[in-house]
Amino acid sequence: MSDLLTSVPEDKPMSLMPDEVVFRRGLAGRHLRGRVWKIFFMMAIVLALLSLVALFLNVVNSAAGLIVVQYNIDPAEVVPNGDLAAATAEQLAAGIVEYEPNRALVLIRDNLSSVPVDQFSASTMSQILGTHLYPESAADKTPRDLEPEERAAILAQNLSVDVMKQFISDDIIGLNVLETHSLFESIFDRAAIEEHFAAEFDPATTRLEFRLWLRPSFLTSGQSSDPVLAGIRTALIGTIWIVAITVLVAFPIGVGAAIYLEEYAAAFGNINTRFGRFMQWFNRFIETNVRNLAGVPSIIYGLLGLAIFVRAAAEFTSGRFVGVTDSNGRTIISASLTMALLILPVIIINAQEAIRAVQSSIREASYGLGATKWQTIWNQVLPAAMPGILTGTILGMSRAIGETAPLVIVGASTATFLDPNGPFSSFTALPIQIYQWTARPQAEFRAIAAAAIIVLLVLLLLLNATAILLRQYFRRKLQT
Amino acid sequence: MTENGAHAFELQGVNIYYGSKMAVNDVNLMIPRQKITAFIGPSGCGKSTVLRSLNRMNDLIPGARVQGGVFFGGQDLYAENVDPVEVRRRIGMVFQKPNPFPKSIYDNVAYGPRLLGVRGKAVLDEIVERSLKGAFLWDEVRGDLKKSGLALSGGQQQRLCIARTIAVEPEVILMDEPASALDPIATQAIEELMKVLVQQFTIVIVTHNMQQAQRVSDYTAFYSIRKKEEQGGVENRWGILAEYAPTERLFTNPASEETERYIRGEFG
Repeated sequence: MSDLLTSVPEDKPMSLMPDEVVFRRGLAGRHLRGRVWKIFFMMAIVLALLSLVALFLNVVNSAAGLIVVQYNIDPAEVVPNGDLAAATAEQLAAGIVEYEPNRALVLIRDNLSSVPVDQFSASTMSQILGTHLYPESAADKTPRDLEPEERAAILAQNLSVDVMKQFISDDIIGLNVLETHSLFESIFDRAAIEEHFAAEFDPATTRLEFRLWLRPSFLTSGQSSDPVLAGIRTALIGTIWIVAITVLVAFPIGVGAAIYLEEYAAAFGNINTRFGRFMQWFNRFIETNVRNLAGVPSIIYGLLGLAIFVRAAAEFTSGRFVGVTDSNGRTIISASLTMALLILPVIIINAQEAIRAVQSSIREASYGLGATKWQTIWNQVLPAAMPGILTGTILGMSRAIGETAPLVIVGASTATFLDPNGPFSSFTALPIQIYQWTARPQAEFRAIAAAAIIVLLVLLLLLNATAILLRQYFRRKLQT
Repeated sequence: MTENGAHAFELQGVNIYYGSKMAVNDVNLMIPRQKITAFIGPSGCGKSTVLRSLNRMNDLIPGARVQGGVFFGGQDLYAENVDPVEVRRRIGMVFQKPNPFPKSIYDNVAYGPRLLGVRGKAVLDEIVERSLKGAFLWDEVRGDLKKSGLALSGGQQQRLCIARTIAVEPEVILMDEPASALDPIATQAIEELMKVLVQQFTIVIVTHNMQQAQRVSDYTAFYSIRKKEEQGGVENRWGILAEYAPTERLFTNPASEETERYIRGEFG
């Protein structure tokens, strides 16, 4: 350093810069300030990670743990392993017939019979069951004469597993969860829980068992008022329907709007004319407002959806125009269209930016060969912009999966026991289901809410992963 | 317009504006058929602007406007009934930076013919081979037509762009500083290619490189800058065509002092 200074020529004008000592002192301060900011920025990341870990632990903590169950008959005697939720229709039917042979007939009468109640016991099974399935040997028998195997076969072939599970749980096993413990409590404090169980509960009718609330049967079971039996099948199917239709509607419209704004509207206004300048101003006005729309609270979109899709367009959204009679406007299609409106700005903005980022040299090359505007857009601009467009679509989809408020307003059912079977059926969705369960006072419902949250997060990750793979595929196609 | 058809382009009093700003003023120029005409001049003199007005590429720039007559084979290119798509299909263009599409070599060359509706593998194969041979690229890529155009070297990319341009059989090829991004060997290849292409095509080239203009062109147009101080200290600059002559004469015996100073390298 110091020999640098000696090399300064004599006749150089006096330096106005700080001398070496001041410079050194200042330098240390300058570096220190940089380090302080660096630590501050790092803390932001650390904080974000900690929050994520806390969220994750909290959810996992609730999704499994020891429970105290009470029952009249040990579930293991009724169905294999005592796992009611995972049992097949045949196993369930056999269990019902073994423990409640007469109630099995009541189930047939209440759910399957097509003869008046007072003639039930005098009719043959072929009269009673009509078009339902039944073993041939049972055709000419009256209900009382049915062999147990025949009763079981009729139940297994015709009744839904959800109905049979509910029946076994309520009327045979009398299953009741008395106490629920969290996962960490169950692991680290197991001795205390066991002690408490031995002191408070009767081992003849109760049992302490470890329960993983998130289990395969949780995905395949329908709704139930019993948390042990409740599953998210209905909500999962609802969510998949909604997101699928939302993307199908929002993707083409959003990309179309972006193409128009970037490729056509921008070139529309010839700034040499008054009309052209007006058009340019108008396009900027539209763009600004698309950006503003991206920030509008989702509940307002819900109100819009309620007014337009549920009420005004009920003829269409209820499916009456294609002959669906059992619904009002509160259907999957209404929810999807509302969600599509909600995510349109996100898709448009991202697609616009992706289209704008396409090199002009590619466009010029295409035009220079005599391509029309549309040929240039279709063959060059869209393929090059596709990775960016997909990124926007991923963002929109993630938002659509998690949104709850608009669904509440357009009328997601909180208790629907039927799976949605098309765009015109009523529905519930995962976030709605989670919200509903967390609102219950019992700890078991909070546990299944946590399990449903994990499913929602995994679904989100899966969708994002698919979209990222797709994006990589398009990007690689452009580069090689 | 000359009746014998010796001229491809005739520019009559052409003014080009970007918005309200004049970029080029009063260009009068006859560009001969099947010759190489070079546009030279300092940066900002409007030589590229004039070149891009010859196939209506300026239309792509919002606010760009051409006044006066740009005639191609007697037809005013800016007449109401002229479709710029047809203009560009007849008057192809090669750009400064090699800009192959992010597609295979084959698809790059077949792109133009496909736009015009040419289908059928046999025909396209024939076009691709003929065009790549025409651009002296065939021997280097014949075994690897599926390879991405972006995987080629800079000089090869530019020759691919030329092959792509001649694939649609235009009448004119406009070249906007086609070799300025290339090394000397690749530049030489492009220059040799131009001398062969001129047997079939009319070529107009913009170049910064005076030696290049001297080496390849038959005619040279020298553009220069005029300035005017407006009120408020704002300086207005626009380009003019300062001199146009056969290349040999322009470089050995320029008519104006300004041209002489430019070709001696005193400004630019």
